[in-house]
Amino acid sequence: MTGQAQAGRPNKLLRNLNAKIASIPMILTALVIFVGGTFWTVFYSFTNSKLLPRLSFVGIDQYERLWAAPRWVTAIENLALYGVLSLIFSLVIGFMLAALMDQKIRFENTFRTIFLYPFALSFIVTGLVWQWVLNPDFGIQSVVRSMGWTSFTFNPLYTPEIVIYGILIAALWQGTGLVMCLMLAGLRGIDEDIWKAARVDGIPMWKTYLLIVIPMMRPVFITTIVIIASGIVKVYDLVVAQTSGGPGISSEVPAKYVYDYMFQAQNLGQGFAASTMMLVTVAIIIVPWAYLEFGGGRKRG
Amino acid sequence: MADVGTLNTTVAGIDAVAPRLGEGPSGAKPRPALSSRNIMLYGTLTIAALYYLLPLYVMVVTSLKGMPEIRLGNIFSPPMEITFEPWVKAWAEACTGLNCDGLSRGFWNSVRITVPSVIISIAIASVNGYALANWRFRGSELFFSILIIGAFIPYQVMIYPIVIILREIGIYGTLTGLVIVHSIFGMPILTLLFRNYFVSLPEELFKAARVDGAGFWQIFLKIMLPMSLPIFVVAMILQVTGIWNDFLFGVVFTRPDTYPMTVQLNNIVNSVQGVKEYNVNMAATILTGLVPLIVYFVSGRLFVRGIAAGAVKG
Repeated sequence: MTGQAQAGRPNKLLRNLNAKIASIPMILTALVIFVGGTFWTVFYSFTNSKLLPRLSFVGIDQYERLWAAPRWVTAIENLALYGVLSLIFSLVIGFMLAALMDQKIRFENTFRTIFLYPFALSFIVTGLVWQWVLNPDFGIQSVVRSMGWTSFTFNPLYTPEIVIYGILIAALWQGTGLVMCLMLAGLRGIDEDIWKAARVDGIPMWKTYLLIVIPMMRPVFITTIVIIASGIVKVYDLVVAQTSGGPGISSEVPAKYVYDYMFQAQNLGQGFAASTMMLVTVAIIIVPWAYLEFGGGRKRG
Repeated sequence: MADVGTLNTTVAGIDAVAPRLGEGPSGAKPRPALSSRNIMLYGTLTIAALYYLLPLYVMVVTSLKGMPEIRLGNIFSPPMEITFEPWVKAWAEACTGLNCDGLSRGFWNSVRITVPSVIISIAIASVNGYALANWRFRGSELFFSILIIGAFIPYQVMIYPIVIILREIGIYGTLTGLVIVHSIFGMPILTLLFRNYFVSLPEELFKAARVDGAGFWQIFLKIMLPMSLPIFVVAMILQVTGIWNDFLFGVVFTRPDTYPMTVQLNNIVNSVQGVKEYNVNMAATILTGLVPLIVYFVSGRLFVRGIAAGAVKG
């Protein structure tokens, strides 16, 4: 970074100094935190740091221990299940709501406000509310039982096999509004003439959606998927608020595993290894997306 | 890996369509009001709306009941006798650990975290975006690309190095430390937001000011700032709600007496000792959600814009 101005912009020479000074926070953040911090963590994931980070290398020991830990395996399984389901459901529900909202309805603003307000709330608030609604002694289960079905059981947050669905319900409540908004914006971007043409040709509405509109909305879908997916990997607060990972370890997620090992179990090496695996997961999501955007996108023109 | 171009198109795509969200019905003439199609349509929407409203209703109703009434009935029944005692207790008396001064402590901590974080992060990001749009220098795009890719890296990967840095400086566990953390992690998306906005302004404006002899800061303060009020409002909504709702950074970078409201709320509700006071818990939950809800209802369409642009931040 000497004071060289970029080619093709002749009016900026050495006087760009102010811009560089102003960019110091950005440069520091990019280099020290994002690059430095990430490499630091990956580097130390190969050590056996316990209470404090220290440089005694143990190779991939931490990773072997990680994948041998039932708690981590549960966390990964939960994330996979939760991820796939929340991706599918939020896209389907979000799109359906958007399609309904796009039918030139009255009170569109009111409906949109109602569907989106949960998104303004934090995951902690969302988690605590749903913990209450799903409370077996007072919530849905007890209400249905008091109506006569005394054997009715709906107790996801205290049942290890289905606890992740309880979290999913809350996550969908919080996040589908945003998906609906993005999809609605996408639908509004579709030319009215396409609908007219489809109608003239006698194509049924559902077929128009499936075969014409959805393929046209490909960019919106990709954006939405990336947004949902990067949120899924980070899911932490919701689990903490709703179940604290319980019962037992049955609603454990990777982000919580990392936190617990770094700040509670004083086993930094494990925490670093686990967070490096999270980084790998994100890279697995981002790389195909970048490929789709460039490789696939270019070919289609 | 993702690069700037990709993200630009992503966010630009949202920017282009977001303003159209509010467009009301137009085109064909309305059909008869009570067709079976309309009954289906409004029926489905109303049922969905009830599902989204239900938890809010349950929160409010529970917070207005006394404990005996909660033990008797179900969570959906309206309160027989309205009491505001749970609210008072949640605000001023509920216990977290050693402190028994309710959520008020967390509320004021959150205010003291949110206000400077929002101001600093927006100040830094707007200047960054301005420099990137109008004063590119060698390497500026590279740093920007790193910043944007960084937005996708899980926070967990970078948290511990930051803990060490803050500890070395001596501000670990203080509100100052947390403000810095929020400013850092707000930077990618806000910088992108401002950069795209400044790029969209007519370049002649900038050139004319240059010809007149205005410098970096002069152009920024006298020309760019007055023209960018809308984007500042969007950035503010994004940051206020995002920082207020944060939990992870709060729990990692603060100590019990500097906990933000979300952390304190979780500790009050999920504390294992004592009798669970569900009404107090729900009042506390509403109180914590009140600030972002107010921002949401007051800002309306701008909220959608801000959130859509910032959703990658998660």
